[in-house]
Amino acid sequence: MDLMPLLITLETAAAATVATFFAGIGLALAVVRMRRFQGIADAIITLPMVLPPTVVGFFLLLAFGKRSAIGKLLLQFDITLVFTWKATVMAAIIVSLPLMYRTARGAFEQMDANILAAARTLGVSEWRIFWHVLVPNAKAGILAGLVLSFTRAVGEFGATIMFAGNIPGVTQTMSTAIYAAVQANDYDLAFRWAMAVVGFSLFFVVLMNWAIAYSGRHRTAEKAGEGA
Amino acid sequence: MKLEVRIRKRLRNFTLDASFETQDEVFALLGASGCGKSMTLKCIAGLAQPDAGRIVLNGRVLYDSARGIDLSPQKRRIGYLFQNFALFPNMTIADNIRFVARGTKEEKERIVHENLVRFSLLEQEHAYPAELSGGQQQRAALARILATDAELLLLDEPFSALDSYLKWQLELELMEVLADYGGAALFVSHDRGEVYRLASRIAIINRGQMESVHTRRELFHNPTTLTATLLTGCKNVSHAERIDASHVRAKDWQIDLCVGEVQEKIHYVGLRAHFLEYRTGAEHPAENIFCMDVVRIIEDTFSYLIMVRRAGTDGALIRWELPKETWHAIAADAICLYFPPGEIMQLER
Repeated sequence: MDLMPLLITLETAAAATVATFFAGIGLALAVVRMRRFQGIADAIITLPMVLPPTVVGFFLLLAFGKRSAIGKLLLQFDITLVFTWKATVMAAIIVSLPLMYRTARGAFEQMDANILAAARTLGVSEWRIFWHVLVPNAKAGILAGLVLSFTRAVGEFGATIMFAGNIPGVTQTMSTAIYAAVQANDYDLAFRWAMAVVGFSLFFVVLMNWAIAYSGRHRTAEKAGEGA
Repeated sequence: MKLEVRIRKRLRNFTLDASFETQDEVFALLGASGCGKSMTLKCIAGLAQPDAGRIVLNGRVLYDSARGIDLSPQKRRIGYLFQNFALFPNMTIADNIRFVARGTKEEKERIVHENLVRFSLLEQEHAYPAELSGGQQQRAALARILATDAELLLLDEPFSALDSYLKWQLELELMEVLADYGGAALFVSHDRGEVYRLASRIAIINRGQMESVHTRRELFHNPTTLTATLLTGCKNVSHAERIDASHVRAKDWQIDLCVGEVQEKIHYVGLRAHFLEYRTGAEHPAENIFCMDVVRIIEDTFSYLIMVRRAGTDGALIRWELPKETWHAIAADAICLYFPPGEIMQLER
């Protein structure tokens, strides 16, 4: 059995999750602080979550294809995106970003605004407030967002096949490999990849639940004597 | 400590217009919920932005709309005690203080230790906020504020979310801290008792408008406005008009009262419920003595509240408050009451 789809899936999901993590938290923070157009900004970022992934892939294809303005510009620098590994990562980022963004935003909004205000009046810089007050107290939500977007990236199919294709050894992920195997009537192979995806997703969701339960316990019932 | 505030801010239903000066004292803003008093504190701390005005603390301009100055909360050096204390839940008490202290590592440790000792929190040093009692949390929040170089202390309804026993404990502790701190603080509350006990001067806010600044004696003995009168706990207020130099007509009560000397502008009269005096009726008719029908009798914890109305009229109800034994001795359907002229408050608006 060729393990390339597994490798490509993991590389894609890992790369996409790193980007999603920072972009999602950044966007969540930006939207929470917006005074106007919050609803519109939120809708635009959330849209890829509710659209059929094929539609997302189709627009990516239109936006970055060789005939588009961006595609032509990138070609000047000898960069092609369509049907490359970079395209699988981009597709995974776009579809997983809303999950990271929404869970992080929910966690930020649950945070008691007085605590942040208190930190400000006490002279703590915005940067320190973010890393030492906001993030630690939104840990459970951020963790959940991280796992959700990673598993979403692992399972990504529609946008990937539209935008990155299904090229074995280059852009073929586990989910597109399943599709290819079924097309080729190789149910045996399809079954093995399908089980791999199920196993993976299950593992990460269980890990997430455990981590959230642990971090929740951490906050309220910590023993005296332990540092923060 | 010297603070000058003059701000205007458009809120949803009214415009907040606050203007006062305070120096080395506990100054209170007294007003009903949603009157804009907390917003005033937020503007002073830099947590909300006024539309126009000027805020100066110890000669430093914190905000000046004309000159485009608007310091961030971080730069204002104003301590803000929140209702829920707003301790960082992810840090121990010592870390809460350490996190805001400034200086070298040794200086920080010294500041942390000093403030833990000052607020008797050494035993709770390694505890998390959620593990502390309400009183300990308040002390920790104060310790955290005093660990910074705050020049002014703002107290936002410090006891409103607490049950009455805990409230009293915290109030006692806060009194000690304020005395220790030099006593300079700005305090916001809707509770007349708290304000009377803690503050030396009091400003009344009504729907965003700052009505008047009084010393506490003045305010409770001679409030000049309807809002102030009601906020100081006066239960009996009636529309009034001048009859002659010494008499007014209390229109809602349908009673003509002698008040000594009638002031120039008078729109209301007020009389606290425990200043009414019982008369047998033998003196009647005499000035300021009126026969009353007893409409309702309400038993309170340590007193009776008797709701009365002038006999033979449909006048507004007047509340009379008296000790339980006294009422037991009277217990009648119709009584006579004396309205002492010296206790009748004349309100200009």
